[in-house]
Amino acid sequence: MSNTQNKIDNGVNVQALLEAREALAAQPPAAQFAFRTTCTWLSGSHSRNTVGGFFGLGAEQARKQEFTIDSDHPELFDSQDNAATPLEIVLSGLGSCLTAGVAAVAQYRGIQLRSVSAKLEGQIDARGMLGADPDVRNGFNDIRVTYEIDADAPREDLEALVAQSQKRSPVFDVLTNPTNVSVALG
Amino acid sequence: MRTTTVIIGAGHAGLAMSRHLTARSIDHVVLERGEVAAAWRKRWDSLRLLTPNWQTRLPGKAYRGPDPEGFMHRDDVVDFLRRYACHIDAPIRTHTDVQRVAPIDGGYQVQTSRGALETRCVVLASGACALPRVPTLATALPADLTSVHAMHYRRPEQLPDGGVLVVGASATGVQLARELQRSGRPVTLAVGHHVRMPRSYRGRDSQWWMQHSGIADSRYDEVDDLMRARAVSSPQLIGEAAPTLLDLNALADMGVRLAGKLAGFREGRALFSGSLANACKLADLKLNRLLTRLDAWAQQQGLADSLEPAQRFAPTRLPATPLLDLHLGRAGIRSVLWATGFVPDYRYLDVPVFDPAGRLRHEGGVIAAPGLYLMGGNFMRRRKSSFIHGAGEDAAELSAHLHRYVGSRALAWNAAPCDML
Repeated sequence: MSNTQNKIDNGVNVQALLEAREALAAQPPAAQFAFRTTCTWLSGSHSRNTVGGFFGLGAEQARKQEFTIDSDHPELFDSQDNAATPLEIVLSGLGSCLTAGVAAVAQYRGIQLRSVSAKLEGQIDARGMLGADPDVRNGFNDIRVTYEIDADAPREDLEALVAQSQKRSPVFDVLTNPTNVSVALG
Repeated sequence: MRTTTVIIGAGHAGLAMSRHLTARSIDHVVLERGEVAAAWRKRWDSLRLLTPNWQTRLPGKAYRGPDPEGFMHRDDVVDFLRRYACHIDAPIRTHTDVQRVAPIDGGYQVQTSRGALETRCVVLASGACALPRVPTLATALPADLTSVHAMHYRRPEQLPDGGVLVVGASATGVQLARELQRSGRPVTLAVGHHVRMPRSYRGRDSQWWMQHSGIADSRYDEVDDLMRARAVSSPQLIGEAAPTLLDLNALADMGVRLAGKLAGFREGRALFSGSLANACKLADLKLNRLLTRLDAWAQQQGLADSLEPAQRFAPTRLPATPLLDLHLGRAGIRSVLWATGFVPDYRYLDVPVFDPAGRLRHEGGVIAAPGLYLMGGNFMRRRKSSFIHGAGEDAAELSAHLHRYVGSRALAWNAAPCDML
């Protein structure tokens, strides 16, 4: 329930989301989106991603501004440590996706949030990416997310928020399920 | 030949509708491609109803045997429906396969394997479980594995010796996982979102709770998200008094290996989703929410003292190291059993009443074309609509709608209150 009469405000327009769901359910072609980034090498392991328009609702969609996300490796790997590592950006993507979901589900369920924070940790065996052992996986073995939520709701309801957010999170889906990735030279 | 109404399917839903049309003196025929209760005859050998005998009833007839707390075996369900068809003297034409239903002036033409009929109304009662639902990823299954859908499964011996990957953890999945594990075939169970439910709670069957608390009667126009309610998988139940829970913990205790939702096959390996923990958490939370609701209802009804004390069940235990991929050959898995659900089959319906996803567009069983009705759909009018005991009220209401539509010249006497026992 949007519960507007109780002045629950997590900064989420639930009504707009529900209307979008209904409209896109009836119009599957309009629901086809494509998100894009451009990655430019700067030096060493330092690169800069730019994020601009995307495709959705059957048309190219412009943004008010272009965003940039830098990435680098730490000094430990003999890099300049100009920015977060790609793996940390992946964790950031998951954290932001789940947290947006928590806010939306809370709004829908009439739960006013006062503060939400999540700590994310991804465990990785670096022998994989360094090619030191062919039996070791390159990527994370395990990702743990721990939420601290301050809200007027029983713990069980907050657990349900976090669980429902995972159920609908695209980044959670990308990380937990295989995704076809093709990389080519243009 | 002309008639007022053609009912497609002589299962419990079609028969309940026939009974109500007869009570309203509405001329009709029931077309059945096989024998009465055809779908039930083809289900697996050990299948029992998930509802207790005391709940097994159709308009004007209820179970009156010696074991009201028992659960009817498949063969007894067939017998119950066969005798019901005789009891209500349903005008059934067996071995009559409906090939096409198309609109004509003032009604529909129904083309069958035994000729055509013209009718004003058609009731689709051909079943919510007419075709196996198989995920598209099944096409990538390694060719040396035996693949069987629950719809075609009868008994463990049908599968080769060795491990079995059971895909899906609804009622079907957990029942067959247990049966196959007991047969000496080590089971790996791929688990997506599921519904955890005890067979009994505080000394009463879960169906007693669902019926008396009114949850089974929740109407389609009352629920928050009908599409989701209609898609919810069947609860992890079996038609046996024990165990109280046939859940993932019970299966793990038997040695069944749990994995996340099957995500695909790659180079001889099955890949599983890393979302098992969340699927289990959601199921645990939902079960506790349900029990809290039932406890509150019992308290409010003054029943609390006549029931066993409230309890909460242990949370689902997760495997220490979640299984994300499994080399099927090396793990000794020889077959895959798809417990991935069933879908209705309305390919015979040549009327533009489908949504973009191919689902029938209807409002509580009143299909978006005059004179067309649905029976037996999941949560069609009520949560219990797809159950045997749910058919009576739906048939009563839809037959009344149909009656108004055809403006019968027959005496408008009220149908007997058939559900009164």
